[in-house]
Amino acid sequence: MTVHQTLPGDETSPAYNYAYLDEQTKRMIRRALLKAVAVPGYQVPFGSREMPLARGWGTGGIQVTAAIIGPQDTLKVIDQGADDTTNAVSIRRFFEKTADARTTEATEQATIIQTRHRIPEAPLQAGQIMVYQVPQPEPLRKLEPREAETRKMHAWAEYGLMQVKLYENIARFGEVTTTYDYPVMVNGRYIMAPSPIPKFDNPKMHMSPALQLFGAGREKRIYALPPHTSVRSLDFEDHPFRIQSWNEPCALCAATDSYLDEVVIDDQGSRMFVCSDSHHCETRRAAGHRGAMLGDAAASGLVASEESTS
Amino acid sequence: MTLHVSPPDTALEPAPLLSAAGVSRFYGERIGCEGVSFDLWPGEVLGIVGESGSGKSTLLRCLAGIDRPDEGEVLFRGGAEPLDIYSVPEQERRRLMRTAWGIVHQNPRDGLRMDVSAGGNVGERLMDRGDRHYGQIRERALDWLSRVEIAGARIDDRPRQFSGGMQQRLQIARVLVSEPRLVFMDEPTGGLDVSVQARLLDLLRVLVRDLGLAAIIVTHDLAVARLLTDRLMVMKDGHVVEQGLTDQVLDDPHHAYTQLLTSAVLTV
Repeated sequence: MTVHQTLPGDETSPAYNYAYLDEQTKRMIRRALLKAVAVPGYQVPFGSREMPLARGWGTGGIQVTAAIIGPQDTLKVIDQGADDTTNAVSIRRFFEKTADARTTEATEQATIIQTRHRIPEAPLQAGQIMVYQVPQPEPLRKLEPREAETRKMHAWAEYGLMQVKLYENIARFGEVTTTYDYPVMVNGRYIMAPSPIPKFDNPKMHMSPALQLFGAGREKRIYALPPHTSVRSLDFEDHPFRIQSWNEPCALCAATDSYLDEVVIDDQGSRMFVCSDSHHCETRRAAGHRGAMLGDAAASGLVASEESTS
Repeated sequence: MTLHVSPPDTALEPAPLLSAAGVSRFYGERIGCEGVSFDLWPGEVLGIVGESGSGKSTLLRCLAGIDRPDEGEVLFRGGAEPLDIYSVPEQERRRLMRTAWGIVHQNPRDGLRMDVSAGGNVGERLMDRGDRHYGQIRERALDWLSRVEIAGARIDDRPRQFSGGMQQRLQIARVLVSEPRLVFMDEPTGGLDVSVQARLLDLLRVLVRDLGLAAIIVTHDLAVARLLTDRLMVMKDGHVVEQGLTDQVLDDPHHAYTQLLTSAVLTV
């Protein structure tokens, strides 16, 4: 099915408006985005719409992307760092159909990167926009169930309770065991949930040259990090924040500085560690980096063989 | 009822810590409490007694900044100038509630975080005020647990694994760790058996004397009032019917209701 697309003002009458949402809705979302950028880390309520996708599958991110995308944009969509997982493929195809979007898997070429769970390994550049899909925008939710109360706590920066959560982690396990959605202090003012990205990616948000937008469709909240905003992960003086590290490099591309997924590969419990950012891994393999298990993986058809990648 | 009581040792602390003037709260037609006025001096323990439904807890909630009274004002002297706690912004009032005074609830579940370990419960007020050193917070928590006679080995246990008496003691430690000047207690010994009550009362007496705390204790138990308080207010139907030094009120009650109350106490 090919939907004939037009920009607003065109003569023909299309099946959908450009980028699916109607213009009034986009204006409403853009207003929320402007406010969010003006107050970094503050959760701005917005009128989340029904999307042709179940809530919890990225409706917030899709609405933000739909509100900012234009014909000149190039879109990259990742899910768990990979460009080829179901959700990423569906969302990319959605914007190809409804917004005539150019899409790419190359982080460097994208102007908009919609993501769930990861920030790409390649450094973000000025002019790029990260769009995060957020399931739970309220970092205090599990500690304080009352919405009226959490809003007051944000308004007056009463953040002792967040520290209690970290205290509990250390008391019970000897270290902070929160590994994803690790709370951050934005611009020295608001505590923010960075969406379920691993804490490995938290330092990438600090002073990033890219604009970062967060959309929570089910919870109807939008928040943002303007470029070059300070983002500090919470910690204790005697238990400083640390990111994950691995004992072995990526089995396919031998990278030692990227976030690795653990993959169980047989019934005997053997496992391999591979880059979660699939584009990053492919780029490195194309550049000639070879991991210990690349040959096996190519032989069993898990990755493209050497002839086709080069 | 014009019983004049001279405050204890006014030479040292010339100004009252807390003053209530005409505090009233109504629930629609019904009276919660009406026209309550008193002064509380630093280091003084004031008891509020009366039967169930006499407005004790309503009054306490008004004094502690939880419910705004419909009439009257509550002045708290934290610094040099007395502060009307209901005319300051809510932000400031919440800060006072977390630092300058504390509330011990009748039911520990209202005052404790049941999913957070004992150490986290005690440390919360420290982290509220900006402490960010784990080792020091834990040290202070251990110190306070020992002061309320909870074994240090139980610092990582959750309150739901504690007995009722221990939960109540933990609640007291959680409040006192920020060194408040004033503590509100709503039936602190309610629901505890008699021997545990006695130990808790001993502990409270020692803490109040050692720290020079001022306290307002709501109770329906005259024995508790006799043991802990310097001064007593008797409430009935939302009004204060009699107030004076505790021994005076209990041994020589003037108001008919107070006479009824004291004569109703079982003597074993």
